[in-house]
Amino acid sequence: MAVAALPTSPKASSESPHALTPVHRVGERIFEIVADVGDMAVFAAMTLSWMFRRRTRWSVLVPTFYAIGVSSVPVVAITGTFIGMVLAVQAHSQFAMMGLETRLGSVINISLVKELGPVLAATMLAGRVGSSMSAELGTMRVTEQIDALSALGTNPIHYLAVPRFLACFLLIPLLTLMADFMGVIGGAVVSTQILLVDSFAYWQHSREYVGGIDLLAGVFKSFFFGAAIALISCHRGFNSRAGAEGVGRAATEAFVFSFIAILFLDFCIGIAWNSVYSAIFPNSVNLL
Amino acid sequence: MSAAAALPRPEGGPIIELLDLSMRFRQQGVLRDITLRVCKGETLCVIGESGCGKTVLLKLMIALLRPTRGVVKFDGRDLASLPEHELSRTRLRFGFLFQMAALFDSLSVFDNVAFGPREHNLCDDEELARLVAERLQEVGLPGGLEQKRPAELSGGQRKRVGLARALALNPEVMLYDEPTTGLDPIMSDVINELILQTQRTKRTTGIVVTHDMKTVAKVADRVVMLYPLSRLAPGAAQILYDGPPEGLEGSPDPRVRQFVRGEAGERLRELAQRRDH
Repeated sequence: MAVAALPTSPKASSESPHALTPVHRVGERIFEIVADVGDMAVFAAMTLSWMFRRRTRWSVLVPTFYAIGVSSVPVVAITGTFIGMVLAVQAHSQFAMMGLETRLGSVINISLVKELGPVLAATMLAGRVGSSMSAELGTMRVTEQIDALSALGTNPIHYLAVPRFLACFLLIPLLTLMADFMGVIGGAVVSTQILLVDSFAYWQHSREYVGGIDLLAGVFKSFFFGAAIALISCHRGFNSRAGAEGVGRAATEAFVFSFIAILFLDFCIGIAWNSVYSAIFPNSVNLL
Repeated sequence: MSAAAALPRPEGGPIIELLDLSMRFRQQGVLRDITLRVCKGETLCVIGESGCGKTVLLKLMIALLRPTRGVVKFDGRDLASLPEHELSRTRLRFGFLFQMAALFDSLSVFDNVAFGPREHNLCDDEELARLVAERLQEVGLPGGLEQKRPAELSGGQRKRVGLARALALNPEVMLYDEPTTGLDPIMSDVINELILQTQRTKRTTGIVVTHDMKTVAKVADRVVMLYPLSRLAPGAAQILYDGPPEGLEGSPDPRVRQFVRGEAGERLRELAQRRDH
């Protein structure tokens, strides 16, 4: 029987934290941010590696695809429709002043398929899907359900992060296509039925200016947006702190970081796309 | 005499070994220089105040946490040296009953209990249905609960489903994290009986983290008491007591006797001093 008979006192404790100066605190914060970015990179690498190491069951994939894809259809459809309608309303007066209202179709549709459709659909999904994934995984973390998965010999990244990553990566581009389509319809209805722009000219100019490559540019970006939303949201959820505040914070961070990532990726992919496009078609102008 | 005295004594050498184990979370130390061996067939109760590191100790045993320093061995093998797939396989030899049961919210009771065998392709659907029914019966849950969600269950039912899920893989070692916390005295006794029954029928090694002295009296072969590191003098041992449950009351360390009797003692004096300041 081991008995320690030494006196105890909280004051005598050797474990009390040292008093930190403001410089220490700044250093500690920077260290935390760097560690967080590194942790995120490792998490992303592990998610990708688990995707190929073991097949995910259909019984896990189908509900996740439903929750992320099918349940997001209404909100994405509404977002897309209103983007198109608002664009038509805002651009019409400016174009009408110059007598160019028949050109509305080209402006609305090119803006939609290349930029506004993908970015706003992704932003909407970061709010709806990203926050919800992060809150769900955060709750699982604080109620020890993620530990329970590990204790049952199952890798939590494979079971929880991989299906969500696949769903976001594959379905967000499809949802973006739907947002584009609804936006085109919304813009056309407002332009031709309410603002009375000539329907033939509207579609004629749209056809001239918007090609398959433009649609592809938007959809291409949305694969990256989907991957970023999934990885950031799952990472925040997996690293949620305890309590309602911790889970709430994880959900908020998931949205904010995803939104920043969407804008950053949009900029970087825009530059990369233009460079590649100019290299392939040197005589054309393509500003993404 | 404890009810566990009627149980067979530990059968063999150590199955779990913690050697010079220390654990810190950022600035905060939780465990320091813990050395502990758990023998096959033994039921060890780990007691101590809230925040003394009991749950952390349990999670270190199954490598859900990595120690800051020291070695955790299971069946003679260092868990830190195992590759990931082997660590996952090793974990299947453990059953873990979590404090709040940690049932998967999105799955039914059936799917929760079937999770381990299904995930590791251990049996077909027919066998799985039989296994789940058997395990639920063992923990005394009536039929008809299989399709319910965890949110629809009472606290005692959740704990029992958690126990059924942990037992579904026929573990060699059962880890119980505060199995009676939050339950009424009758349900606490039911859970204690189930722990005893599991040790008897499955011949598992058990490690029970608890503050409940009734659980200790009922199930323990051996008791270890930990003391919070934040209140411990530098260099002092964190394990205040390591011995049979019968010896707790007669321990020469007043902190052990105070804990067993549930006396606040010097804590009340500290509180009064803080108020005066």
